Amino acid sequence: MRRVDRSQRATISITLNGRQVSAEAEPRMLLSDFLRHSLGATGTHVGCEHGVCGCCTVLIDGAAVRSCLTLAVQAEGKAVTTVESLAGADGRLNALQQAFKNNHALQCGFCTPGILMSFTDFLGRNPTPSEAEIVEVLSGHLCRCTGYAGIVAAVLEVSGSKDNAEKRSV
Amino acid sequence: MPATPRRGRSLVTVSSVSQLSGAPILRKEDAALLSGRGRYADDLPVPAGTLHAHVIRSPHAHADIASIDASRALAQPGVWAVVTGADVKALSDPFLIALKAPVHQWSLAVERVRYVGEPVALVVADSRYVAEDAAELVRIEYAERPAVVDPLKARKSTAPLLHADTKSNEISVRQFSYGDTGAAFAAADARVRMVTDYPRLSFTPMECYVVVAQYKPTDGSYDVLANFQGPFSTHPVMAKALRVPGTKFRVRIPPDSGGSFGIKLSVFPYMVLAAIAARITGRPVKWVEDRIEHLVAASTGPNRITEIEAAITREGRILALKLDQLEDYGAYLRAPMPGPLYRMHGSVTGAYDIPNVDVTNRVVLTNKMPASLIRGFGGPQLYLAIERLVQRIACELKLDPLEIIRRNLIPTEKFPYRTAAGALYDSGDYARAIDTTVGDGRLAELKRRRDEARAAGRYYGIGFACVVEPGMSNMGYLSTLLTADARERAGPKNGAVSMATVNIDPLGAVSVTADVTVQGQGHETVLSQIVADELGLLPDDIAVTLEIDTAKDPWSIAAGTYSCRFTPGTAVAAQMAARQVRDKLAGIAAKQLNTLPDDIEFAGGAVRSRRNPDNAMPFGRVAGTAHWSPVMLPEGMAPSLRETGVWSPQELEPPTSDDRINTSLTYGFVFDMCGVEIDPSTYQVRVDRYVSMHDAGRILNPLIADGQIYGAFAQGIAAALYEEFVSDDNGNFLAGTFADYLVPTVSEIPKVELLHQETPSPLTPLGAKGLAEGNCMSVPACVANAVADALDVKDISLPITPRRIHALLEGAERPPPATAAARAPELAPAKDGRNLRGQGSFEIAASPAEVWRALLDPERLKTTIPGCHELQQTGAHDYRAQVSLGVGPVRGKFDATVSLSDLVEEQSGRIGGGLTGPLGEASGSGTLRLTPTETGTRLDYDYAVTIGGKVAAVGGRMLDGAAAIIIRQFFERLSRGLNPQVAAPGEAGPRVWLRALRAKLGGRP
Repeated sequence: MRRVDRSQRATISITLNGRQVSAEAEPRMLLSDFLRHSLGATGTHVGCEHGVCGCCTVLIDGAAVRSCLTLAVQAEGKAVTTVESLAGADGRLNALQQAFKNNHALQCGFCTPGILMSFTDFLGRNPTPSEAEIVEVLSGHLCRCTGYAGIVAAVLEVSGSKDNAEKRSV
Repeated sequence: MPATPRRGRSLVTVSSVSQLSGAPILRKEDAALLSGRGRYADDLPVPAGTLHAHVIRSPHAHADIASIDASRALAQPGVWAVVTGADVKALSDPFLIALKAPVHQWSLAVERVRYVGEPVALVVADSRYVAEDAAELVRIEYAERPAVVDPLKARKSTAPLLHADTKSNEISVRQFSYGDTGAAFAAADARVRMVTDYPRLSFTPMECYVVVAQYKPTDGSYDVLANFQGPFSTHPVMAKALRVPGTKFRVRIPPDSGGSFGIKLSVFPYMVLAAIAARITGRPVKWVEDRIEHLVAASTGPNRITEIEAAITREGRILALKLDQLEDYGAYLRAPMPGPLYRMHGSVTGAYDIPNVDVTNRVVLTNKMPASLIRGFGGPQLYLAIERLVQRIACELKLDPLEIIRRNLIPTEKFPYRTAAGALYDSGDYARAIDTTVGDGRLAELKRRRDEARAAGRYYGIGFACVVEPGMSNMGYLSTLLTADARERAGPKNGAVSMATVNIDPLGAVSVTADVTVQGQGHETVLSQIVADELGLLPDDIAVTLEIDTAKDPWSIAAGTYSCRFTPGTAVAAQMAARQVRDKLAGIAAKQLNTLPDDIEFAGGAVRSRRNPDNAMPFGRVAGTAHWSPVMLPEGMAPSLRETGVWSPQELEPPTSDDRINTSLTYGFVFDMCGVEIDPSTYQVRVDRYVSMHDAGRILNPLIADGQIYGAFAQGIAAALYEEFVSDDNGNFLAGTFADYLVPTVSEIPKVELLHQETPSPLTPLGAKGLAEGNCMSVPACVANAVADALDVKDISLPITPRRIHALLEGAERPPPATAAARAPELAPAKDGRNLRGQGSFEIAASPAEVWRALLDPERLKTTIPGCHELQQTGAHDYRAQVSLGVGPVRGKFDATVSLSDLVEEQSGRIGGGLTGPLGEASGSGTLRLTPTETGTRLDYDYAVTIGGKVAAVGGRMLDGAAAIIIRQFFERLSRGLNPQVAAPGEAGPRVWLRALRAKLGGRP
């Protein structure tokens, strides 16, 4: 691993949503600050800076991580995927985003990018989860507006599990 | 498990509805927010050269600021200023408050701190990282004063005064009497009395406060961007504090905000602080609050102790009520406090027909974070008292609580109903709402479940709560706080002015602005529905822009998003504006279509004759006429197509001379019913079923309305079962992280079944009432009633945690075994304890004489104290040191003092000292005894330490462990220093052997 002195600013290069980008950062700079303030990718939000709320969740090489608990230098050379990557180039929402809209799964929208990224990772590995599994993943995020009801419904809808869930609850 | 959306709702595509208002149209806001294209305050660009600020906060609940030395911080590269109370006092005045009392608050503490977390200084630097580094170098000396945390103690004459010029910490007492309560109590068959205590909590929006302030020296004006939510009655408070007219205090509010729930009113002191910093530095200054700051010091709902008593007949009819409400506002009274005590004043008898009521309202100050706006705003406190009392009356009379509710409900035929305290309940059918809930919510089945559970020996209870939910506050309600004479001298205060503007451009494109601040409610969607309806267009044709600029947008003191004012207020103003502009367009079109304006209709993007729809013009062309061809306008018509609707309902009158006040315009109704079961081994409350019935008049968008209800329900559950801001008796704040302050996740929120009924309001043109706060008011009371029913107990404290239920069922927790505590030195008692005590022993393979010498050797001590950078000897046995220590999520530098005393050579001694640093403070003492053993020396120690400041707030659960680790490290280092070949206890054999080998070979251990 590359070593950087604490007082030194280093150029950090990452692949952000498929595009090679780089900017200078101190070794102590958080990945969340680096994304937002150095690279201008403000879709990723910071809600608690201690890893509880999940607002800042991004994917590093496909796996969901808290960017507020990750240093920018740790992402050096890796592929970082954020909420800005989800919609099509024409702005069309992907299926997960559209399901969130259909089910009123967001209000202020501040926690939403992190939740979308967690489920992007999770549904990639487990495309037809049970409601209990969805709740398990969502319990790593805090949302203060929605009471979570619409979020679970949205993930059930997009994962094709909704019919099963309805059958189960009857 | 989560709630599921309302059954059977089908999504509506906009082309299929003729009336948009009332349809569950998907939100216009969502696409941007789902794509990371929201524009929240911290996402917006700032001017080049913007500096970044960090707030230094008080570690003490009550202390005089003896000195602030910022010289070392200012010497750091990149540091521009350290703003202190002296600067703030020179450049601003204290904030105006609602009552005449010598309670002065500036944006930084001036001369004295009154709560843990109070801003004391602001470091302004090139970056936030540099500002935070420099903050550690600011030396602040405090002289501590006794703190008072319990409001009942604070109001005693012997309590330490928070504000020297007040006579008491109880700064306002007002008594109100409506009807003849005395006679009713004398005539009553019985009285039922109880005390309820509503705790402090916040709904902690996921986005914290953000402020960017600029100062323009050429005209002495300020320009402040902040995620402020209103009410804009606070704008004059800020302008006055900065000694400028409102025009020189321009406030801009970003297009998106990450939630508010009332909390983002309280960013206002920081808006003034950043403005002052911008003036001092001559640069724009940005401040972004972090989560610890937010929890410790942003805002809280006030805690309230209510003594409530009812005079009743033996059938359970309530003849009269007496309420004594004591509300704790923390260290300062911030505008517009004490709002929660008075916002519900007209509704103080709730949903019941009670003609006689006496109310005493008390405002008390304590050494805690100032309280302010929070969703529910006075409702949760009031309804906990009323609804718990109703349940108690049922218990005393051995009747069904639902029967007591029904016997006292306001009868449907009495609407519009004037309450004893002056509220005008606009409409309602409470009895029908309850009947529907009992039927559709399946109360009979719930009762069966209770019977079965009880028969099996389990704890199961059913609770109810009735809530009248006010919408759109009368801006005059707070003046009820003053006596009638004082109000007369000051002039009447009343009303609530709402404004919205509709503009049409030359191509016929429609845009809307309004006097609300975005927080996630979906106002953009609802406004576009209302305006599209009036103009015969589709929601996507209407561009709604809700960022606010006080220099350019229409606003009144009532502006902002709070107290459910959107639906009864701004939505009406938008409809008015759309109608005004439509009337103009109709006049223009009538002239061109050779018909009368009355014959004109707007449909499908066309303006046409009602009688002959083929006689039509495209909407855009009519609009273009107004822009391009004023010559073609009807005579006398002003050419502009920009209309502002102004809505000011006359029912919002000032308080009467006998203190009656119509506190709000609309009054919705919520009836909740739930069944809960309590786990006999974990004492956890499980909500088995929850049903919530709402009557909020006409619903403008059912999708969004249900979303608001689900959100308020989750916050109600949070208040009932999880969230509480806890302080210890010294005023230390103990809930500084999301690991200490429990915000429910999806796993903690039960399912809720929603029911609706629509009794339109006759007082607003849309017939719609507010509905977003009701469950914050009803759920804590309903769950508390169910738990009381399950356990057959009277007094229920919120939040209803397993620990509290354990205490109810098993009695108070037994103290821990006495051994450690008995031997530890005495400390002032602390209730929840950031007083650490401990003891232990450690073996070192060296003689007592060697150990003793090592302990008294400064050079050795320096390498023995964990994290020690510097150690200076300041006396025979006194030292000053710099150490770095970490607990949980925080790590920082501390200045340490260490004194050794009571030294008995090679046998025992006493160590005392303290730590001070930006993360907090600790002080304490301990004893150490040396006993020779066969292999060396045994050291027995005990200690007692008091901890305050940030480290107490964030590390609570980890402090004991951290203290044990640091002490262990100390002895391990001492041991290693004395005897490198001896390993610390617990290390594995081979490593010991290897280390001994290395030591023999002369290497480092």
